[in-house]
Amino acid sequence: MAILDVLTLPDPRLRQVSHPVTRFDDELRAFVDDLDETRRAGPAAVGIAAPQVGRFQRVVIVDVSAKKGIASHGFLVLVNPEITHWDGFEIGREGCLSVPDYTGNVIRATRIRLIARDPLGGPLQLEMEAFEARAVQHEIDHLDGLLFVDRVVSRRTDLFRRKVYQTGPGPV
Amino acid sequence: MTEWSMLTLVGGDRPGIVAKVTDALYKAGCSLGEASMIRLGGNFTIMMMVSGGACPRDLDGVLAPVAAELGLRVHLDSVDGGLHRHLTPNVQVRVVGADRAGIVAQVTGALAAVGFNILELESDVAGDPRRPVYIMSIQGYSDATIEALEQAVAGLGAAGIAVDVAPVETLIG
Repeated sequence: MAILDVLTLPDPRLRQVSHPVTRFDDELRAFVDDLDETRRAGPAAVGIAAPQVGRFQRVVIVDVSAKKGIASHGFLVLVNPEITHWDGFEIGREGCLSVPDYTGNVIRATRIRLIARDPLGGPLQLEMEAFEARAVQHEIDHLDGLLFVDRVVSRRTDLFRRKVYQTGPGPV
Repeated sequence: MTEWSMLTLVGGDRPGIVAKVTDALYKAGCSLGEASMIRLGGNFTIMMMVSGGACPRDLDGVLAPVAAELGLRVHLDSVDGGLHRHLTPNVQVRVVGADRAGIVAQVTGALAAVGFNILELESDVAGDPRRPVYIMSIQGYSDATIEALEQAVAGLGAAGIAVDVAPVETLIG
């Protein structure tokens, strides 16, 4: 296992579109181990994508289980992931190992369905929501050369968000 | 260490202000740091960190022609600050209430009493002009639990102010 170097902005390689994985072999699985060790070595990252360490293949890792009180599938390795269904949207704050010292608000789908392969090549079908769905969308963006800074919305946009107010009589 | 000045500009809004001001700063050899511009009540307002070049000694002279052309008021302060000093908010507070004096003071007073540090605050008056509604969005940092913060603002419901406290989970990926 090894901690790999993480590419950071403005490295143009982060803009590359990654290729699908075709060989589900021991080399791929050893890389996934290194990728996860790299994720865990960073500042509390809940996900990482292969292109962030300069390997331009469609592999992401997501694990939001360390966040308290959040529903999740636990540790997920998604190879060649494809989102097949989006539902709802919400704004949340994001940062990135590849964009140090910056966080911003991003709109993501609230619920998604996706298909993927596991590291052995077996098929995966998943449904997820909220923070985990956000993490997966953030990581899949990396596979298409997109960073969250490409999607940041104004802080003021949040004023337009509607939700049920839990405190007080709600005079409006 | 870079010496920064905080440049504040206020004036009637029109297209091209940012372009003209930053062009004058650029030609005077100044660098920009963090900046925040927003239109408030039809006014152009911006605060930006400026360093180097003509800054701060000759900055008034550099900006005088642009300020005169665009009708901007200029204010400059030397600040003890720098880049890369971000604090990431962990709590969001949304406030809605029939507009009246004192809402901000009451909400922020309750939050300050439990050590809440406001990092971003934006407010607006919405609704029908005859029945204006005050809307405020705050993001900040607090070591207190969400429950403790809810407790701190609980009394405001009786004053006709709806206050929603929610965690901000920053996703790092």
